[in-house]
Amino acid sequence: MKELFILAVVTVFTLVTYYLVEPFAHSVMHKHVESEHFAYADLPALTKTGDAARGKDLVMGAGACSDCHSISVAGMPARMDAVTSAQSYGVNPPDLSNVGVVYDAKFLAALIKNPAHALKVEHKYTPESGKEHPMAFFAGAGGDIDQEIADMVAYLQSIAVKQDKLTPKMAFETACGRCHAMKYENWTQIGEKPAFKMKKDELAFDIQVIDYQDALTKYMGKLPPDLSMYIRSRGEHYISTFVENPQHLLEGTAMPRVGVTAASADKVIEHLADAGDTKRFEREEVGKKVMIFIVIFALFSYLWKRSIWKDLH
Amino acid sequence: MKNGRRGFMGKAFGAVAGVGAVASLYAMKKSWDPLPSVRSAGFTTLDMSAYKENELVVEKWRGKPIFVLKKTAEMIAKQNEADKARDVLVNGEHYMVCIGLCTHLGCIPGYDPKGESFLCACHGGMYDFTGMVTKAPPPRGLDIPPFKIDGNKLVLGEEGPEYKKMKETGITL
Amino acid sequence: MAHFTKATSVHDWLNQRLGIDTVRRVMATEYWIPKNINFLWAMGMVLAITFALLLVSGIFLLMYYQPNVNTAFDSVNYTIMREVDFGWLWRHVHGVAASVVFLVIYIHMFTGIYYGSYKKGRELIWISGMLLFVTFSAEAFSGYMLPWGQMSYWAGMVITNLFSLGGLHADGLVEWIRGDYVPAQAFLNRFFMLHVLLLPLAIMGVIGLHFGALRIPHVNNQDGEELDFEAEAAKYKAGDKKHSKVIAFANDFMSKDMFVVGIFLIFFFYLVFFHYDFAMDPVNFDPADGLKTPEHIYPEWYFLWSYEILRPFSTNVGLMAFGFAQVIFFLLPFLDRSPNAVPASRRGLFFIWFWAMLIDMIVLTSMGKVPPIEPYGSIGFYAALTFIGLWIALPIITMLEKKA
Repeated sequence: MKELFILAVVTVFTLVTYYLVEPFAHSVMHKHVESEHFAYADLPALTKTGDAARGKDLVMGAGACSDCHSISVAGMPARMDAVTSAQSYGVNPPDLSNVGVVYDAKFLAALIKNPAHALKVEHKYTPESGKEHPMAFFAGAGGDIDQEIADMVAYLQSIAVKQDKLTPKMAFETACGRCHAMKYENWTQIGEKPAFKMKKDELAFDIQVIDYQDALTKYMGKLPPDLSMYIRSRGEHYISTFVENPQHLLEGTAMPRVGVTAASADKVIEHLADAGDTKRFEREEVGKKVMIFIVIFALFSYLWKRSIWKDLH
Repeated sequence: MKNGRRGFMGKAFGAVAGVGAVASLYAMKKSWDPLPSVRSAGFTTLDMSAYKENELVVEKWRGKPIFVLKKTAEMIAKQNEADKARDVLVNGEHYMVCIGLCTHLGCIPGYDPKGESFLCACHGGMYDFTGMVTKAPPPRGLDIPPFKIDGNKLVLGEEGPEYKKMKETGITL
Repeated sequence: MAHFTKATSVHDWLNQRLGIDTVRRVMATEYWIPKNINFLWAMGMVLAITFALLLVSGIFLLMYYQPNVNTAFDSVNYTIMREVDFGWLWRHVHGVAASVVFLVIYIHMFTGIYYGSYKKGRELIWISGMLLFVTFSAEAFSGYMLPWGQMSYWAGMVITNLFSLGGLHADGLVEWIRGDYVPAQAFLNRFFMLHVLLLPLAIMGVIGLHFGALRIPHVNNQDGEELDFEAEAAKYKAGDKKHSKVIAFANDFMSKDMFVVGIFLIFFFYLVFFHYDFAMDPVNFDPADGLKTPEHIYPEWYFLWSYEILRPFSTNVGLMAFGFAQVIFFLLPFLDRSPNAVPASRRGLFFIWFWAMLIDMIVLTSMGKVPPIEPYGSIGFYAALTFIGLWIALPIITMLEKKA
């Protein structure tokens, strides 16, 4: 039928235009990076089985972790507040309570041994730069260093919440929240912004945030962006591959490889969706209903047309 | 017969389209509703242990000033039955909790702690420390906002049994 | 003074005062449309419906949008998308409809070109239609500024820079348009005004002109046949609907229109709920930052062909080519020298011209989005030359055309 032929022509030209303007143009503009499924293949596999009890002694003692890191579940408070920490180290060192579940074990081990290498920021700490990564590397406590590191990792894993208890928000806060704010979730780099009764208290808090951000900007070269709308501006695939290895998509970026496990990366992305695409479930639900209705609408419009046009032909 | 059928399909299509129009009206109605942030800001929680005797504190609830006055022992002793009915009792302490707008024309009266009374600067209306009118033109005492007692906290915006009783007995509007 | 009698019904009461029966007859039941048409003739109704969707969704966005450089982004992405019940729906409908409306406009335009519906008294229909294209373009551009994201800001920067007119260095004009040295508060406020008041008013006015221009020359048909509308209408009214070559606007034409609208809405709502990224560019979900240019800046897809005509040339030549592209479609009725108002398939060289133009514009559109690296830069350059060449060739090939 002639009309269907015309429809086919219109459809083909529309789809060709769509293909050229969207998938094709984007493939030219953006490098496609395949996910490595958070395998961290460049890091050596763990060969030793760790002992959490010995690990605890190392973390609190010879490893000197608790000199800079708080471990709130083990009752170790932070030595300094977040702002002072950032002014000393560039960024507030993370609380170690949940790092055992958020970060990959292999990554944690490599990080303890050589932070700049594991984080993939060696380009910032070349010998010529004269700078050293603020986290001191662990040179060993006298025994087998690999065994000692395995012990520490085992300890960190033993104190962390179980994977199924890790909420998207916790994953985000541990992995991203010390550098990235998230305005739409009321999150600042120094924690959630409380509701203040007095303007003065609020301003005091804001100044703390600014001081922290200033220190962070000095450390990173630029203030890491607010992530409120990243789920819409970057999309899931980009975020996931970027978190896995920032250097792949943005060579030379100051953002370190974060080293999260695949499961934690999913949690982080879920949290980003909870901030920037809160109505996604409602959209799908309403979408289905509207589609059903519109098909019925089209069907009835066809029946009406047919009943009218049978007199005209 | 033919005409009937044609009319029928037209009406059926119109009805389907009408269902769609009504459904979209629902979405439109919902879009006019107060936002969740506005709604949640409609409840203010006051920590009643923080107030000092005979010192008026002006809180804010739904954009209106709320007077909170903790009564002294002498004040309580002075009160008659009608005054007592207006008391908000939290943890054994007596408070005056009122919307700080003159019931005459809505100005905000000022408190004089010495005279233990309120004076409205606009038209000279006066209230005592219980919020009762002592000098015209205000037609009635200061209104009491909906409240619920929760331990030593007071939640404004929710209607607790004490408030409901006040409303039933006509102590407040 | 008219004579009024006691009304026998509400209908009669209104009829005496407003003449609703006459209005209905003139506008609907005895407004004659050729029977020999296909679904492409329903694009006008599809556009009207899409415009209505834009209007309604826009009203609800307007209730919460804040035209302020500090709050605009959050009022859209936080308040409307997170807080307002169904706010996301209005925004998606508005964003997708703004894109789809141009697809339908282009289909509508090329339908007109193919069937020669800009000739023989239909020149004003074409010209008012092109005016609608221009006002819709301005409406789309001004609306794109409002979320105040990175693409809003940088598109605003680049497009207003065009008004420096290249070698003329009319920077004063650019600043006058912006109300500032860069797109800032004054810019956002005036584009907000244009988007919600002045341009919609203009659009509604031109729609009236477009419909009015249709009245006397009547709607064209699939074969470009000249109909005696009065004789055919008489046949229809006498009951010989089968042999009459015309149909009534309502319900005959309307019922077909609504069926096409129904199919269109399936496509439209699928895009709104499940495939919206093409119309709501991800880059615009980054807040505007005047100190950081996005990696790639490109206009929305419907502006790409004219953007690509600007891009491959040096500044001044590019601007002239761009200006040429903006006005040349208006002149189509006069550049087409052939007296034949028949489908392109019966017009020899013009048939080739039509498909060449369509394909060339798709090539331009596609090259307008990709960065100007080779081979895309060259393809775009030759496609732009082809575009200009086709328009220069048009009067010649149509003069050579034999009378059909």
